[in-house]
Amino acid sequence: MKFSRLIFANLFRKKIRLILTVGSFAIALVLFTFLAVVRSAFNRGVEIAGADRLVVVDRVGLMNLMPISYDDKIAAISGVKAVTHDHWFGGVYQDERNFFPQFVIDVENHRQVYPEFKVPDDQWNKFAQDRQGCIAGAKLAERFHWKVGDRIPIKTTLYGGAIWEFNLDGIYHTEKADGDQGQFWLQWKYFDENVPSVIKSTAGWYIVKLNSPDDAARVAKAIDEKFANSPHETKTETESAFAGYFAKQFGNIEFLILSIGGVVFFTLLLVTGNTMAISVRERTAELGVLKAIGVSDRAVLFLVLAEASAIALFGGVLGLGLALLMIPGISGALTGLLPPLLLSKPMLSFGLGFALFVGVVSGLLPGISAMRMRVVNALRRV
Amino acid sequence: MAIPIIYNVRSVRARWASAIVAVAGIAGTVGVFVAMLSLAKGFRATLVSSGSPDNALIVRGGATSEMTSGVALDAVKVIQDAPGIARGPKGPLVTAEAVLMAPIPLISTGTDANVELRGVSSNVLEIRKNVRIVQGRMFQPGLAEVIVGKNANKTYSGLTLGNRTRLGKMEWQVVGIFDAGGSSFDSEVWGDAHLFAAAYDRPDTFFQSATVHLTSPEALTQLKDALTSDPRLNVDVTREIDYYSKQSTSMTRLITTLGGFVAFIMAIGAVFGALNTMYSAVADRGKEIATMRALGFGGPSVVISFLIEALLISFVGGLLGCLAVLRLNGLTTSTINFQTFSNLAFAFKITPGLLAEGIVFALVMGVLGGFFPAVRAARLPVATALREL
Amino acid sequence: MIRVDGRSDSQSLIRVRGLNKTYSRGGEKIQVLQGLNLDVDKSDFVAFMGPSGSGKTTLLNLLGGLDVPSAGSITVAGDEITNMSGSKLTQWRARHVGFIFQMYNLIPVLTAYQNVELPLLLTKLSGSDRRKHVETALAVVGLADRMHHYPRQLSGGQEQRVTIARAIVSDPTFLLCDEPTGDLDRKSADEIMALIEELVGKYGKTVLMVTHDPVVAARAHTTLHLEKGVLVEGKTSSRESVLAGGAA
Repeated sequence: MKFSRLIFANLFRKKIRLILTVGSFAIALVLFTFLAVVRSAFNRGVEIAGADRLVVVDRVGLMNLMPISYDDKIAAISGVKAVTHDHWFGGVYQDERNFFPQFVIDVENHRQVYPEFKVPDDQWNKFAQDRQGCIAGAKLAERFHWKVGDRIPIKTTLYGGAIWEFNLDGIYHTEKADGDQGQFWLQWKYFDENVPSVIKSTAGWYIVKLNSPDDAARVAKAIDEKFANSPHETKTETESAFAGYFAKQFGNIEFLILSIGGVVFFTLLLVTGNTMAISVRERTAELGVLKAIGVSDRAVLFLVLAEASAIALFGGVLGLGLALLMIPGISGALTGLLPPLLLSKPMLSFGLGFALFVGVVSGLLPGISAMRMRVVNALRRV
Repeated sequence: MAIPIIYNVRSVRARWASAIVAVAGIAGTVGVFVAMLSLAKGFRATLVSSGSPDNALIVRGGATSEMTSGVALDAVKVIQDAPGIARGPKGPLVTAEAVLMAPIPLISTGTDANVELRGVSSNVLEIRKNVRIVQGRMFQPGLAEVIVGKNANKTYSGLTLGNRTRLGKMEWQVVGIFDAGGSSFDSEVWGDAHLFAAAYDRPDTFFQSATVHLTSPEALTQLKDALTSDPRLNVDVTREIDYYSKQSTSMTRLITTLGGFVAFIMAIGAVFGALNTMYSAVADRGKEIATMRALGFGGPSVVISFLIEALLISFVGGLLGCLAVLRLNGLTTSTINFQTFSNLAFAFKITPGLLAEGIVFALVMGVLGGFFPAVRAARLPVATALREL
Repeated sequence: MIRVDGRSDSQSLIRVRGLNKTYSRGGEKIQVLQGLNLDVDKSDFVAFMGPSGSGKTTLLNLLGGLDVPSAGSITVAGDEITNMSGSKLTQWRARHVGFIFQMYNLIPVLTAYQNVELPLLLTKLSGSDRRKHVETALAVVGLADRMHHYPRQLSGGQEQRVTIARAIVSDPTFLLCDEPTGDLDRKSADEIMALIEELVGKYGKTVLMVTHDPVVAARAHTTLHLEKGVLVEGKTSSRESVLAGGAA
């Protein structure tokens, strides 16, 4: 590429303008990345939902409890690999603002239904033996600096106002970075012993693991039919549909995010297009000379596009780097409000590709006009 | 006297294509800024206006919200006799309420939202004085009738006047629509507390909260002392307005943090755009600047002149940004409130104060984008510039 | 009287002694003016000529307080400007110097009236006083009927006349012209030179003019040549140095 030197030299002629243009790209990419990350966080529940899991709730409402006897009845349905149940504990650890989800889990079946939560066997066995035991996700433990062996006090609100204490018997990890590592688990047996009688022998909701995701619709229907016309009718759907309800209630916020993305994109195109146009105009005479000495029209277009792409790429990489630095900080500020903000590889490559696209597009108009410009006019415009 | 402003105005007009870039960047940023803050403001205002300074909300001691609270009938009877509570023709103004969540589809997406149902006492309208029935009538106690808030009516399906809807195990008739002044109650469905208990298989003697009308705002202390020192009770007493204000903190914090970061980043981009515009203005007008300096306009005059030009551009940008989002004012949207786990419809709230903040923000960006170019303009060597052809 | 030997005792209006100006360009030092002397009295009309790069424009910039010398002194109407600081120099310039430089230097977005008014904005004159001055200046240059036109609506010659009006509107001590007829056709150039002669003859203005055009230079009282960094009188070559002075 004989002209690479020319491209390079051109870029650095007006340093301030270069800095500003690169900066604009960087900024837009930081923003774009941030929006993508937030959108993912809002939809995290849906993203990590298991395709081969169903959620069964009381048809009347989320807050209603179902009899524990449903457990065996659900397990008997064909296509069901395993069943477990949860309660929402909803307690307070030290301060209301330290919110994290606490689940009352069924020790026997939990691991089969949720194989993605990994607990070392020795820790799990200890937990199984310990009625007052609890397990915390790795991120949760990190947040409060818990270690295995600590005693964790939680004040209940839904089941009387007492403080329950638990022994931290283990810590779970997920393989994938976007898995939920912020949960707190306690034992159903202990829970059942200590709640008011009206809540004993109940399940908040059931989670069903299927033999195959293809069975989802059939099994869901079978479960609901089984309990139709009983005192506690059920509503069963896939875990991702269930998570989707919550995500959809943020629907308008997601729309807002997309609109902002649009505004930013348009503005960026305007800024860089304008800048490219200005610098091409300034170098009209130069480009005219190049053409006069025999450089083809196409090569001139290539020159302009190459320059635009170089700026876009550099700005894009800079922006992504800045985003990588800043996002953990914002994520920390939003702990408890949103799942952790995570930057995935597909996001990074999409962002970079997007920057390149904008660079080429914004160089196109000025580039084409440079390509078409007649040498005579170029040299006259001094 | 300084360089005439008409020079700046006309210069911006002559180079309007370049100015548009700066204007667009600033307009976009101010628009996002105002929109985000008005979203947070609207959310907060909805909740805060739910409370009245002369009502007190009583929940179980330690409960973080009505959802997680339980107040037994016996406790309600004790509360009714406490000092500081206003009395109506039928007795003390106390409404014992059962609060539940029901899945009702959103009209917009067809998927379920967690809608807050409130089983109230029949005298509730005497206690919540900012709630009025605007269509239909109040429900009759003992009948399967409900009234719905005006936002609930618009956001959730099946809640139109005269319609029958299934809630829990019973069918209910929507007999009225009420206006709660833009508060969270506007997103709720109200009915007889006893009947809700039956429909949802709950004990009839168990409520989530009690709201009382005080004899005066100052009577809160008296009531609070009486109830918290009573050994039969384990309750928290909060001024209703404070309770609701607290319920908004999480979401407000979320929206403000997200929106604030976005606006901050956009502001940097807008300043870059303004810098670009102003630097190229200075570069293009080198000779004009040199001429004026030769004539005797000093460095400071030139700096001020370019700063004014930057401010003009940014003011226009700020104005456009505000105008663009003004249409959002009053637009309703809905979301889950993390703290109560139930769906809340609320409206964007754009206040004159917020618009003023937006304009100031624009001007600040203008100063940042104009300062360095202005200084450069003032520092251009006069003699060299004049010699350039 | 105009002298270049630096030996005048009388108080001339403009008095330059031992003026040096050195530029650095790419690491090299170029001494443009070397010990230049000059005396000019009121109502004198001097033309400076010399090969390109000889420093004519540099001299003009120094005389006008647009640049500072490396050494030497410039005294105008008793004020020594070489020692003045930035802002004082700026104020002095506004009061004492009228510029008629090449390429018109009119502000394109302002009308003729507004362009001429610019120097007056630095004074404390009221709006109505300023109008009187502007209208007078435009009348002197014969453009009273075009005062609300923009520069792009005027011909080359008309633009230059507006520049002259702007140069005289605040009644400065002297006028500096750098190629005042630069881009103009012969007819317009003649008109401009006639106007400048009128300013000197009828209104008693002092004019220092740089030009490369001998026909234009002939209109002045005296032509001085800038050679080897100093001024020499007469149209003769550098070998004949009558009353030449100054250090090498």
